[in-house]
Amino acid sequence: MNLTLRIWRQKDSNAKGQMVDYKVTDISEHMSFLEMMDVLNEQLVNSGEEPVAFDHDCREGICGMCSMYINGEAHGPDRGVTTCQLHMRMFKDGDTITIEPFRATAFPVIKDLVVDRTSFERIQQAGGYISVNTSGNTQDANAIPISKHAADEAMDAATCIGCGACVASCKNSSAMLFVGAKVSQYALLPQGQVEAADRVKNMVAQMDLEGFGNCTNTGACEVECPKGISLDNIARMNRELMKASMS
Amino acid sequence: MSGFFKSSIGRKVAMALSAFFLMFFLLQHFAINILSVFSPELFNEASHFMGTNALVQFALQPVLIFGVVFHFVMGFILEIKNKQARQVAYVKNNGAANSTWFSRNMIWSGVVILAFIVLHFIDFWFPEINTKFIKGDWSGTMAGVDGYRYYEELTHKFVSPIRVGAYVLAFVFLAMHLMHGFTSAFQSMGSTAGRKKTLQNIGKAYAIIIPLGFIFIALYHYLNH
Repeated sequence: MNLTLRIWRQKDSNAKGQMVDYKVTDISEHMSFLEMMDVLNEQLVNSGEEPVAFDHDCREGICGMCSMYINGEAHGPDRGVTTCQLHMRMFKDGDTITIEPFRATAFPVIKDLVVDRTSFERIQQAGGYISVNTSGNTQDANAIPISKHAADEAMDAATCIGCGACVASCKNSSAMLFVGAKVSQYALLPQGQVEAADRVKNMVAQMDLEGFGNCTNTGACEVECPKGISLDNIARMNRELMKASMS
Repeated sequence: MSGFFKSSIGRKVAMALSAFFLMFFLLQHFAINILSVFSPELFNEASHFMGTNALVQFALQPVLIFGVVFHFVMGFILEIKNKQARQVAYVKNNGAANSTWFSRNMIWSGVVILAFIVLHFIDFWFPEINTKFIKGDWSGTMAGVDGYRYYEELTHKFVSPIRVGAYVLAFVFLAMHLMHGFTSAFQSMGSTAGRKKTLQNIGKAYAIIIPLGFIFIALYHYLNH
């Protein structure tokens, strides 16, 4: 198929960016979106132009690096996929595809489609961990009884890959689905109880400090999340913070 | 706990608490207003009780005023903060793909409701405050009207088609606001009940029936004046 790509180009974080149109031809519908971007970049390099910078790593939907906003949606029009899992069969011959970086004040553009998502890492560092004694007497985690329901819910929350699609999709650039998932995966397990109150307080405080917006429960994040993280995790985070603030 | 209400989540909770209070008030307001359709006497009695009862006037009314002002002011503060969280807009954004129009436009439905409240205050609340607190007349009567004045004042306001049109329009926007706001308030309070079918249906019924009821009252008095 032949396509027109309307792509955000920005030289560096201080430069003023703009949309630039490119034509790509003979794109296979079996290609992933990133493979299509590779074709474009090869074309650009061969013609002596600067290739389009974009994030990618595993290309199998688990690292959370690919981050494009495609035709007005994070990771494009398909559901439950990252951009690397998005196939060109989702588009038609002759389409114009608009490709932008994830937009949020807390995700500043570094170059073209690459954004700085280290704000997520700082939120994790503020409390997204458990302290385990590794002196040699560490208890086997499997020896601690955990209900199937709690284990499943914690695992579901833990599947968040921190890609930032929730922030990109939210009209308020809120990070509450990400933080809710990270708070929940520990709040549901006995290992997370010791630091539960400090964890939610510190992670929410860091989230606010990073300049993310507030959640207005539109549910866009849940729809666009490639891992299907549930809004229930935001409700749980709200409960956890209320509980922690009253104790 | 003061730190809690300074956090983004604390502000959500505060918005939800004021929303619950306002939704309860709306239900009570509707219950009294609908009496005007069935029995002017009963409407007058209920209005006089609400307008002169010390608990309602000196305890609930200040809480209501605070609730209304707080909900609007905090709504605008959060909207400004949310706008700051994305300073460069998308060239192409397909919001309809993942969320309802109502949920994405709460600020605009809220602005229309605020404009309506200003009109409503000019129509009813300011004259009422003037009569009771400035003139000191707590009798609930007026010259030329047998019994209490409330029904007469109500019907008098729904003579102008422009005012009735404004009321109808405002209630349509109120319905839009409630379509998202009802269940959203539960989620903000940390409850997943708002995501369950039962409460979603109750929310939709509330969001449609109450504004539609107010529209019916306005049109009824307009057509029967």
